[in-house]
Amino acid sequence: MTNISFPEPTITAVSKPFWDKIAEKQFFLQRCDDCAQWVFYPRAHCPHCFGSNLTWKEASGKGKVKSWSIVHRAGHPAWQERTPYAVGIVELAEGPTLLTHLLIGEQDLSYQLPVEISFQSLNERLLPFFQKKGD
Amino acid sequence: MAKRPKGAIIGIGELQPVRYSEGKTTLGLIAESVQLALADAGITKDEIDGLLVGPQVGETPQHVPATVSEYLGISPTMSNTVDLGGATGAGMVWRAAAAIEAGMCETVVCVLANKNEKGQVPRSPNRNPIREFDVPFGASGANTSYALLKREHMEVYGSKQEDFARIAYWSRKNAQKNPKAIFYDKPVELEDILQSPMISDPLRLLEIVMPCAGGAAVIVTSEEKAKQTKNNAVYLKGAGEKITHRAVSQAPTVDQLPFAYSIPHALKQAEIDGKDLDLLSLYDCYTSVVAVQLESIGICKPGEFGDFVRSHTFGHDGDYPLNTHGGQLGFGQADLAGGMSHVIEAVVQLRGEGEERQIPDAKYALVTGNGATLSETTALVLGGEQ
Ligand SMILES: [Zn+2]
Repeated sequence: MTNISFPEPTITAVSKPFWDKIAEKQFFLQRCDDCAQWVFYPRAHCPHCFGSNLTWKEASGKGKVKSWSIVHRAGHPAWQERTPYAVGIVELAEGPTLLTHLLIGEQDLSYQLPVEISFQSLNERLLPFFQKKGD
Repeated sequence: MAKRPKGAIIGIGELQPVRYSEGKTTLGLIAESVQLALADAGITKDEIDGLLVGPQVGETPQHVPATVSEYLGISPTMSNTVDLGGATGAGMVWRAAAAIEAGMCETVVCVLANKNEKGQVPRSPNRNPIREFDVPFGASGANTSYALLKREHMEVYGSKQEDFARIAYWSRKNAQKNPKAIFYDKPVELEDILQSPMISDPLRLLEIVMPCAGGAAVIVTSEEKAKQTKNNAVYLKGAGEKITHRAVSQAPTVDQLPFAYSIPHALKQAEIDGKDLDLLSLYDCYTSVVAVQLESIGICKPGEFGDFVRSHTFGHDGDYPLNTHGGQLGFGQADLAGGMSHVIEAVVQLRGEGEERQIPDAKYALVTGNGATLSETTALVLGGEQ
């Protein structure tokens, strides 16, 4: 590995609680008190009803693969050294979708595959990666 | 439905795309493009009272319309930056017509250009949610985002690699009739596309545009003024636009992407059917983007573009002429100006000036633009008669 480091999240005042929980290996998302929908990525207002009563609540960390790609040419030099690897969009059980790193081999990936969260350390920071459910 | 926008394109100017531009500035390329468009329209810069420009991030990050006005020596009564990614070109034409109808101005120059130097550094530091929630996981750049959309289409509908490759094949084939195209004299076979290096599986190299430098401008004016100009004017017959998301992770499902709204809206305003179109000038940064659009025009059903591209031809004498200039996959994608190339080709064809690539009896063209990851979509129907 060269000394080029992986790009870190650019944390804001609004998103900080999310990352603080991740650092404790916990997966918290915002949930709207007014319309009861879950919200990701973290926001100051609910994008569903535009209310402002969002509460951080623990989420299941479970979901299904909506799509994936095996990256051969990475957009960042630090990630290029890890190619090929899988990224994907996971539809969380609570509803929102997120982009994540998938710790799943190419041959095991499939549409709607059940997955669960797996906290992984990168640059000494924990990140919510996902793996095959039950692995 | 909103009323039909009125306006006409009376002038076009386009620089030949080049892989790298040495010794050029973006402002200089803007001026060159505008010069060509004014000469084509047969008007002087003093007749321009409206200006629409793209976000020239880096060289001129702020006050872009003022900087460009000063550089060109014009003093418009309406000016704006249009920031719709690849939909900027098509989006400008509609905005120009709207500004004219609102009485803000009468003759608008819409211009986009960019330089591309070897070793050019990224244009600006990103602090948006993509940088926070996508990039740290190994997904940076458009290739991976578009690969994710392509995979979803393949999984939901069973579309095949070969179906997508056919779209790139036709772009490159059509480019062989356009000496200005960056891939002129460089034809490819279907097999070359299917064997090209995997970039972000399922996306291969020859399904992706090559970045280049260039510029393009069009002049939009009122229908009344258009009648007094030297060229056959091309009229705006309908328009549609839809913006739904920014990051691919926040995109709706593949059957709900925003072209499913913007294209039918434009066709409806023009009071025509997808089958009435003589030219498809469709934004093609990636093959999958064309696939989604074919399914939104109504000429094939959602999920069935594969059958459609196998059973039709898309060349100059084909039953569905598609991106007759070569599209961005064959002609080149000069950043945002790449989107304007679809507008310009439609004007060329509707004016009957396509020379050896002229299609027969071009009456209606569909022009589209697409920004971010199928996020910002604009569709225009252009016609040769008022
Ligand atoms: Zn809400």
